[in-house]
Amino acid sequence: MSKTIRIRKGLDLRLKGEAEKVIVQADPPGVVDIKPTDFHGLTPKVLVKPGQEVKAGMPLFRDKYNERVLFASPVSGEVADVIRGEKRKVLAVRIIADKETKYQEFGPADPAKMDRGAIIERLLESGCWPFIRQRPFDVVADPAQEPRDIFISAFDTRPLAADLDLVVRNNGAELQAGLDVLAKLTKGRVHLGLSDRTAAREFLDAKNVQHDTFKGPHPAGNVGVQIHHTAPINKGEVVWTTGVQDVMVIGRLFLTGHFDATRTVAVTGSEARNPKYHRTLIGAPVKDLIGDVEPGVRVVSGDPLSGSNVGVDGHLGFYDTQLTLLPEGDEPKFFLTDGWLSPGLNKLSASHAYPSWLMPGKRYAPDTNQNGEERAFVMSGQYEAVFPFDIYPVHLLKAILVNDIEQMENLGLLEVAPEDFALCEFVCTSKIESQAIVREGLDVLKKETT
Amino acid sequence: MKALKKALDNLRPTFSKGGKLEKLHWVWDANETFLFTPGHATQRGAHIRDGIDLKRTMFMVILAMVPCLLFGMWNVGHQHFLALGEYTALGEGFWQKFGFGALKVLPIVVVSYAVGLGIEFVFCSINKHPIQEGFLVSGMLIPLVMPVDVPLWMVAVGTAFAVVIGKEVFGGTGMNVLNVALTARAFLFFAYPTMMSGDKVWVNTSTADGQAVVDGFSGATSLGLAATGNAGQVTSLMDSFWGFEAGSIGETSAFACLLGAALLLFTGIGSWRIMFSVFLGGLTMAGIFNLVGPGLGNEYMQIPVLHQLMLGSFMFGLVFMATDPVTAAQTDTGKWIYGFFIGLLAILIRVVNPAYPEGMMLAILFMNVMAPLIDHYVVQANIKRRMKRAALAA
Repeated sequence: MSKTIRIRKGLDLRLKGEAEKVIVQADPPGVVDIKPTDFHGLTPKVLVKPGQEVKAGMPLFRDKYNERVLFASPVSGEVADVIRGEKRKVLAVRIIADKETKYQEFGPADPAKMDRGAIIERLLESGCWPFIRQRPFDVVADPAQEPRDIFISAFDTRPLAADLDLVVRNNGAELQAGLDVLAKLTKGRVHLGLSDRTAAREFLDAKNVQHDTFKGPHPAGNVGVQIHHTAPINKGEVVWTTGVQDVMVIGRLFLTGHFDATRTVAVTGSEARNPKYHRTLIGAPVKDLIGDVEPGVRVVSGDPLSGSNVGVDGHLGFYDTQLTLLPEGDEPKFFLTDGWLSPGLNKLSASHAYPSWLMPGKRYAPDTNQNGEERAFVMSGQYEAVFPFDIYPVHLLKAILVNDIEQMENLGLLEVAPEDFALCEFVCTSKIESQAIVREGLDVLKKETT
Repeated sequence: MKALKKALDNLRPTFSKGGKLEKLHWVWDANETFLFTPGHATQRGAHIRDGIDLKRTMFMVILAMVPCLLFGMWNVGHQHFLALGEYTALGEGFWQKFGFGALKVLPIVVVSYAVGLGIEFVFCSINKHPIQEGFLVSGMLIPLVMPVDVPLWMVAVGTAFAVVIGKEVFGGTGMNVLNVALTARAFLFFAYPTMMSGDKVWVNTSTADGQAVVDGFSGATSLGLAATGNAGQVTSLMDSFWGFEAGSIGETSAFACLLGAALLLFTGIGSWRIMFSVFLGGLTMAGIFNLVGPGLGNEYMQIPVLHQLMLGSFMFGLVFMATDPVTAAQTDTGKWIYGFFIGLLAILIRVVNPAYPEGMMLAILFMNVMAPLIDHYVVQANIKRRMKRAALAA
């Protein structure tokens, strides 16, 4: 095994509501939503009409500017609605699921015997392609490009994240099949990022990949950090990334010939009544997994730092493997009792101005209050302490804010995704929304360079 | 709490758009957000946020200055009575000394805050910006770097200059190039030199109760003495460490500064890199002087290294001024360079330049100006590293 890469900067947030290590088989969802908004920058072209019958694996919409990229239904059933928002923007395609799933047959296949073009064609037609994302720009990969390398993180360090060791257990065959597929897509390497605590044989014995081992706090499990510390992205290079559960879907496609978008999702957070793992489908209603929820709870599809607020009636996002239930924080806080001058025994803070750092064992249940108003950049060194990149985060953000394209690129914007700035946003004294700023920068840069 | 919240809710329409006092909206907002952290829930990005905000950060800095303020009040009284030959022992007349000093110092604090916050309120109301917390710290720093006998109108003028020219024209809190409190002091130092230096301003010698100043009294500070060729007469190391000497109100006690430093370092708000490197810079320069001093026959240069650093405002500047995150270098490497040169230059100016008995203020202001340049080169090095990597890969 290669040597362990030590990530020194970062922060593990100690939150209440970690999922118990038990996987529950959820009932098949009665209705699913596939949301074009899960894919940043996508302009969808809807291919189905309400009332139309679809099978699992049949396309619902495609990328208007890259027509080969299809987005498929995870269930068979009837298209109920194309939900639109302002300016007729497509928010979701809703399908009422059959009791028994009928799959579109793609037929089993052995990736070892296929050439790269055939594999890509198969991934595209089955709706598996969007699982593969690219850097720079953190968007769905372009099938016409060839990546330098492919990166997969086999451990998730985000707050309350799903334990991938548990998820992958006894699913070694589909994981390996998926990895074999990916290996055919690049002339470079498929990197599988392991934690020094990874114990699952499925990961440790995976073949056709390069194992990189990392040790350290969040964001060590972010694939962006792993890329930066093994083979950083240079100007002009493209790498692809994907998740462990996504690889498993791809693996199943080749083993069974079906688009089987099953996911193991950790239901977490201080407001979760029964934090456990659930086996369900992409796009399933979150209500199926969390049950009834009291008012004043925010339901996040994803982790508390970079997930999206889907609401109690929302649906699981395309890439998400975690649901987080947090108390809403929309009440004002009196400055002496629970505001800025309080003792703050219940305040989660990376800053030593609150006593949380003196109680390393304690777990917190922070609400969604911003805890202060947005200000100009005042403090320095805060971001750097939780940002394990050889990049100056504040300078990069400022370059984006003033729209200096050359400087953004020079300062390393091509190497990062918004999620890499999630911790910066969390610790910020001035409450600056760095993830949104980074996303803006990536959009500008993408528009300029492609 | 509920009653207070209700009262605020009732008042809010008056200060909101269309209300009678609409123009004072941001002043109202500052007070309301002081009492209640607003119920803003996060809208996008991270759903949970750190408990820290700028208000708490600034409050911690003010808390760190309290030892300097309290000691300063006592010392103002102590120096006054010393000059009059009363309560000459340290332990004598504690309350008289403290009371006398408080009466002298508090008006300066009040004027500094009133003028500074007043200007901020006006600017923010005109620009329709929320009032940011920066001046809470500057408003306390300004009195601490004034001599006790400074006229109150001068405090007002200096503060006004610093807030308008030093800060608001750049865009307010977080945007200024120069440390605000030092801008106020530097303005007064150059505009009214007779009231900001020399040997008449550091000790209040008013003889209102019919006392007389003792024979042989000199109101000069240690650095003033040293600069005029009397380096032998500077206060002892221990006295300058504890702060029993004449000087600006808050600067004399290295001990009080260290208490503040302890809080700033404990909470992580003050940069240890800057504090340590300023100290290192001062140590280096004082050390060099120690080495060459005997050869040159210069008594001032031969003041022992540690003693040199305890004199004047070196420690105060190190803890509270150099560490101002807005005007300091922002990169870690930059902080080392920035701090080191502050220490180096402060001692250099102090010892070598006869026009300026103390060099800390000028050293910090100079390095404030240099900080963006230092950062520029640090960031440029990062960019070069990235380009080199790309070239290797290509």
